[in-house]
Amino acid sequence: MIQLHGLTKRYGSFTAVDALDLDVPAGELFGFLGPNGAGKTTTLRMIAGILRPSGGTVRIGGIDVNANPAAAKAKLGYIPDRPFIYEKLSGAEFLRFVAGLYSQQGPAIERRMDELLALFDLAEWKNELVESYSHGMRQKLIISSAFLHRPDVIVVDEPMVGLDPKAARILKDLFREYTRRGHTILMSTHTLEVAEDVCDRIAIVQSGRIRAAGTVEELVAGAAASGQRGLEGYFLQLTGERAARELVEVLDA
Amino acid sequence: MPEVPNGSALPAPSLAHVLSPKLRTVRNRSRASDTTRSGTWRWLTLTVIGALFWFGVMLVLVRLLRYFKNTPEIGALLAGKLLGLVFLSFFAILLLSNIITSLSSYFLARDLDMLVSAPVDWLTLYGAKLLETLVHSSWMVVLIAIPILAAYGYVYDGGFGFVVLALGTTLPYLIIPAAVGAALTLLLVNLFPARRTRDLLSVVAVLALGALVLLFRLLRPEQLARPEGLRSLVDFIALLRTPTSPFLPSDWVQRAIMSALTDRLDVLPLYLLWSTAAAAVVLGAMLHRALYAGGFSKAQESAQQWARAGTLARLGRWALSPLGVLRRELVCKEVRVFFRDTTQWSQLILLAVLVVVYVFNVKFLPLRGQGIGFLLVNVVPFLNLGLSGFVLASIAARFIFPAVSVEGRTLWLLKSSPLPMRELLWSKYWTGTVPLLGLALLIVGVTDALLQVSAFIFAVSVFSIAFLTFAVAGLALGLGAIFPRYESESAAQIPTSFGGLVFMLSSAVLIGAVVLLEARPVYSYLSQEAFGTVADPTDMVVGFALALAVCLMGTFVPLTVAVRRLERLEL
Repeated sequence: MIQLHGLTKRYGSFTAVDALDLDVPAGELFGFLGPNGAGKTTTLRMIAGILRPSGGTVRIGGIDVNANPAAAKAKLGYIPDRPFIYEKLSGAEFLRFVAGLYSQQGPAIERRMDELLALFDLAEWKNELVESYSHGMRQKLIISSAFLHRPDVIVVDEPMVGLDPKAARILKDLFREYTRRGHTILMSTHTLEVAEDVCDRIAIVQSGRIRAAGTVEELVAGAAASGQRGLEGYFLQLTGERAARELVEVLDA
Repeated sequence: MPEVPNGSALPAPSLAHVLSPKLRTVRNRSRASDTTRSGTWRWLTLTVIGALFWFGVMLVLVRLLRYFKNTPEIGALLAGKLLGLVFLSFFAILLLSNIITSLSSYFLARDLDMLVSAPVDWLTLYGAKLLETLVHSSWMVVLIAIPILAAYGYVYDGGFGFVVLALGTTLPYLIIPAAVGAALTLLLVNLFPARRTRDLLSVVAVLALGALVLLFRLLRPEQLARPEGLRSLVDFIALLRTPTSPFLPSDWVQRAIMSALTDRLDVLPLYLLWSTAAAAVVLGAMLHRALYAGGFSKAQESAQQWARAGTLARLGRWALSPLGVLRRELVCKEVRVFFRDTTQWSQLILLAVLVVVYVFNVKFLPLRGQGIGFLLVNVVPFLNLGLSGFVLASIAARFIFPAVSVEGRTLWLLKSSPLPMRELLWSKYWTGTVPLLGLALLIVGVTDALLQVSAFIFAVSVFSIAFLTFAVAGLALGLGAIFPRYESESAAQIPTSFGGLVFMLSSAVLIGAVVLLEARPVYSYLSQEAFGTVADPTDMVVGFALALAVCLMGTFVPLTVAVRRLERLEL
């Protein structure tokens, strides 16, 4: 459902994403795991059509995002890491506006809006302006907006940031159910527990490249083979274990 | 006092340290623009325009002051009165601007959470934010005051001593409204939540400015220039000698400067300026110590606002349904966001004042009576077209030019959706153009009716202003997308950017070109009517066709470039 082929993004001489190849089939929840600055957000923004790749292609449901953006984006729901939305619209007005961007309206959309707002405990806030929402509430509103038009693919950047434990639990369940019904989710995170908990497959990304990919079990087995215990050890080995050790030295100094 | 593990106490951050991020930001921004070619071009354009502005102001003032200087008895008095009036208007602007800026710098700025939670001394915070407020509110007044003061120094041979005196008087003159403005804002925030105060202040500021403009216009200052208005010279001199506002810093500046230029420096106004500035800062600091913590906490409270779909909103949605879902939702969003942002809609009050003043001016044009013929009565409305064009351009700069920039933080949503950028610009173009067109037709229609122009001139001005409106709106939206300011905190800051300047200059060229191209056919017609000459039909067709072509180019070229820019935009 999501196909990345030789996907590259350069900023001058710096390569943020380096010839990435990836195929996420329908019905899979795929986790993009990596430290800060690994190129996760850049990759996700290229998939969402916000950034133009320096090289390679992105296909969503077989449609090239750069060649036919409108058709590809119609299949997509994007949840960014920073919840910036129109401050002067109410929650309900914002959702109606997003539905309009996908040319959707009517009683079915209104019903879906109410269901999603109720799911995230936002029903009683729906007529209040977004400017009075907390960070977490804005995040929940954006998540609701991404599910509104029932996209085939959801691309989500650090979804748990700012969410309370209840909302985080709901979101994990929602992701699982959504993929069980044949939809695809590509999620970036740097929280190992989240990735282990919900993802069918995981890719560990460092310096714009995939260092390892597979199911959690496969990665844990790979870790054991290289003398590491669990996913965390393997992650640190691939992405810079030394930095973690240096941290202890700094604190002890 | 914070301590490091080895036990030595850290000094509290100094004023310079607290201000350093702002200074570094300015330095880094100028360095970044130095290294790029477009940055250099930008600086060069701004410098040339700035120099031309200074030169123009100086030229006019030097001529006027020389004329005053050569007028015995009342020359120096008139020069002093003029300086006093200029500084009095500056003082009103400075006070309003400081009140609004200090609300943002003391209570709403993004760096406050960090500064308030850090061990920064209250006096350092007060001083740093006072300086920030002063610079942000005063830089424009300073830029305008420089050529004015330079003209006075030049005409009255002030020499180097005058430069020192000008600095010595202007500095406390700027500090006073800054300290008073910050104190007033502090009191207001303690009474209302900051976000409500901002709304309140925007409306009050705009109303005050509008009232000032209207009052000035209603006084009909042009009548003062009529000699029959003066009873006797003695009365006039007595009037000039009376200080306009003896308790205001503007009067002290005028007295200090004029005394030094025409006779001997009077030091009392200087004492008054510096002692008042010092007292304002000290009292402001004491007030800050007592009230800031409570006010800042209150500022974090948001103004609870509910937005339920009323009858009007439902009616609007129904009326827009023929446009389709996407366009309807885009237009509804534009309208809602505009009318819920007080800083935006309150500018409509100023706009209404501007239009009233404009129509009022036209009404009082001396175009009746003896010696005023058919030609003049019809030429003036034609030139009125150019002026109306400028009024529309300044309105478009306020409302249409920032339209793309204000999407900055939400572009992720628009770019990741299947929305074609053409549709986004379409909705923004028509949401801005329809009211602008209504206004344009109203201005031209009313002024033409007041001037009782011929049917031909009426038709020319109505069609021309309609196509000029389309072109000015196209230029505003297009250049706003080509020179965006996505990082701006408020839409009001965007028109004063480099792109805003480019837009105003381009509009001036466009309006000038249309008026010039239409001048020949209009002249042919008027000559035919007034002197019975035969008008050449080719002149008519070519002139109007070229004007139409310029308007269409002004509409479509910037919009097409803007669509491409937005499609290629990376966030």
